[in-house]
Amino acid sequence: MIAEETRDLEQGIKAIWEIAGQMGLDPYPVHFEMVPATIMYEFGAYGLPGRFSHWTHGRAYQQIKTMYDYGLSKIYELVINTNPAYAFLLENNSVLQNKVVAAHVLAHVDFFKNNLYFEHTNRSMLETVSINAERMRKYEFEHGREAVEKLLDAILSIQEHIDANPRLRKPPPEQKKSRRGDGRPVSAFDDLLHLGEEAPLPVEESRKFPAEPEKDLMLFLADHSPDLEPWQRDVLHIVRAEQHYFLPQMQTKIMNEGWASFWHATIIRELDLGEGEYIEFARMHSGVLSPSKRNVNPYYVGMKIFEDIERRWDNPTEEERKQLGRQGGEGRAKIFEVREVDNDASFLRSYLTKELVDELDLYLYRLEGDKWVIVEKDWEVVRDTILASMTNFGQPYIVVEDGDYRRGRELYLKHCHEGDDLDLDYADKTLKYIHQLWARPVHLETIVEGKKTVLSYEGQHGRASATPAGATYQ
Amino acid sequence: MLPTVSLSQNDWSLHRKGPIDQARHNERVKEAIKDSLGEIVSQESIITSDGKKIVKVPIRSLELPRFRFDRGRKNHAGQGQGDSKVGDVIGQEPGGQQGQGPGKGRQAGDVPGIDYYEAEITVDELAALLFEDLGLPFLRPKGHAIVESEDVRFDEVRKTGPMSNLDKRRTIRENLMRNAKAGRAGFGGLKNDDLRFKTWERHVREESNAVVIAMRDVSGSMGEFEKYITRSFYFWMVRFLRTRYTQVQIVFITHHTEAKEVDEDTFFNLGESGGTKVSSAYQLALDIANERYPASEWNTYPFHFSDGDNWGEVDNQRCLDLVKALLDRSNAFGYGEIQEGGRRSPSTLMSAFGQIRDPHFIGVTITRKEDVYPALKQFFSTRDEAGLAAVAR
Repeated sequence: MIAEETRDLEQGIKAIWEIAGQMGLDPYPVHFEMVPATIMYEFGAYGLPGRFSHWTHGRAYQQIKTMYDYGLSKIYELVINTNPAYAFLLENNSVLQNKVVAAHVLAHVDFFKNNLYFEHTNRSMLETVSINAERMRKYEFEHGREAVEKLLDAILSIQEHIDANPRLRKPPPEQKKSRRGDGRPVSAFDDLLHLGEEAPLPVEESRKFPAEPEKDLMLFLADHSPDLEPWQRDVLHIVRAEQHYFLPQMQTKIMNEGWASFWHATIIRELDLGEGEYIEFARMHSGVLSPSKRNVNPYYVGMKIFEDIERRWDNPTEEERKQLGRQGGEGRAKIFEVREVDNDASFLRSYLTKELVDELDLYLYRLEGDKWVIVEKDWEVVRDTILASMTNFGQPYIVVEDGDYRRGRELYLKHCHEGDDLDLDYADKTLKYIHQLWARPVHLETIVEGKKTVLSYEGQHGRASATPAGATYQ
Repeated sequence: MLPTVSLSQNDWSLHRKGPIDQARHNERVKEAIKDSLGEIVSQESIITSDGKKIVKVPIRSLELPRFRFDRGRKNHAGQGQGDSKVGDVIGQEPGGQQGQGPGKGRQAGDVPGIDYYEAEITVDELAALLFEDLGLPFLRPKGHAIVESEDVRFDEVRKTGPMSNLDKRRTIRENLMRNAKAGRAGFGGLKNDDLRFKTWERHVREESNAVVIAMRDVSGSMGEFEKYITRSFYFWMVRFLRTRYTQVQIVFITHHTEAKEVDEDTFFNLGESGGTKVSSAYQLALDIANERYPASEWNTYPFHFSDGDNWGEVDNQRCLDLVKALLDRSNAFGYGEIQEGGRRSPSTLMSAFGQIRDPHFIGVTITRKEDVYPALKQFFSTRDEAGLAAVAR
């Protein structure tokens, strides 16, 4: 980029920063970095710069690159949730495009800083992932690239199965309780101090393991898998920790993109743009916000909802004034409150109204024969289905039911069926990977077409059977 | 005080993490292709291509599996332009939703996701994978070599050459020696005279002459499947021979009740009707071999594909005699019988061949498309007389 343009952009970013501040946005300091497109695809493919190597990242890189090369899609911006935040701009974007992106980024960073669900995010994740990558390289050196890759293949296939709310976890049951039950600590000499007293019978402890169904499959394997070596457990922990970093972003995708789109539009209107620039902005803005037949475009839907909230709290209806005591003119304050306390699920549940579903023309579709057909337009059904698809990030909810199944340390998993069946082919293959990590037979209980079914993988030399539906009704 | 913003631009040209993992992904694609060569080699799109073409081969094993919902039986949410209604068709399989990555960038939402990975590979690359461990069986040096295979080896050192071929070790040694002569110890003061370059030489390895006599049954009893299999087998055979040995000669013979020598194009495209007299082809093969390719100078490999529907016992007996005659002067004789779906017991022809105890006779039965690859491997495994003798003992 020519020095003059760089100066222009730098000025622009400073102006945008000031406007954002005046409007109440409160981001971390942001460092912008201009990068060529190849670097942009790479960061997009890895999720974060400097993450560990794996061929799936290479595939993502190739896909993104191909889409860009064919002009199908383009990554405008990439922002990293750290403090200070890092944002990457495309070198060959026009100055105006990068100004829009900068405004968009500032709103993202504001969201990262202020939304409740990001409260516990590791804000030095860039350092963490590069340390992790370094450790992984060390393991490759010590145990061979193939061993690490084989392990990562298995781990990445279950990386979604962690606990989204680690802070709600129960503390592990206390190991040693006072034998007398009076809360006094146990000492080595208890038996001597209480000679002659009859020792109470030891309480029969539940032999269940884990005591409660365990959602965090990754952690369970890292802690309890019988045969893993320390470095293999470490890799499990690494992938799990990185996944935890991405969780809040997955939980707030619609809100976060909606918030950023709302603000880039608002801020750009404050800038003194020429007519040509304004047309360029409008073209870019509508490109980002174009609706998608097969998905819910988070940029568009999120922004519409924020606009709607602001309007409704600025100009409440007569009824809302009376019943809910809304004063009017509270729109801005309200959207700032929403950006602080909601996530996508609560956001849609509370603010996706009938009028919005109709205006956005949202629908449900499904596969009938070989055609994808629209099957539902009722706003409540549409809203509830979108909400349901957010449960557990759209992933099947799977818990460890028994880590000592059949008293042979076999692993018994249970899919908490909520209406949608599993892809059995994939489930079988995934079980093989879990078997690789657990080194004992693994089972998965699920429901297929209304019937309880158990899929099993007992290893290559065991009974390597995925039990056909119906064979093991219990 | 307000926190700050900053902007910078650095040189990223040495950053290559993405391409490195991409290369590893491509290796996995190759491995996956190799694992499913059996299914891939008999694909129609490949054997009808001209070789330069890029073909797409589906590989399923490359997707990292995970627990997921059966998307074909699930409702999904989408968005219309304001006029959508129940019953509207919005798309057709194959298609579906895009896998969601954790990145924060914008990705096109309408690009269909695929369950299998479609690898792109040229037929030549595919052939290279396929032929890695194939060779001509029972190859014996005979007569004057006109078959040669070329080899490039870096085993020369010269004083001039491209810098990329600089032999650093020798260059440093020359420099040290020169310095030593001048009474100085150590490395330094490099002169052009010190430079040594690795250079290559073309080694022409002389090999024996080989002729392949390809025979194909074009009679009416050969159905579409039989034609297809023959075609795909010969496609790879011809490709293989032309890749590995620059001057292998191939004679094409088609037959029904009569046999005739044809050119390559006719061989692959001809479809006729009529009865079958296999002996006619063997007789012609024997005649051509005796006439043009004397056994003292040529390794001969007759190959024949048929459905085994031969015309009567008499002809089968004649075939047997001719095969024995051919075997006497050939290195190996290949017979491939094609039976779709393995519908019958071996044909009378195959049964007759059952009497042949000669290990140079290689008979295979092909019942499915996937059998083409194992058949190729069986025909073109490099065997030699010594190995055979060891087995016999």
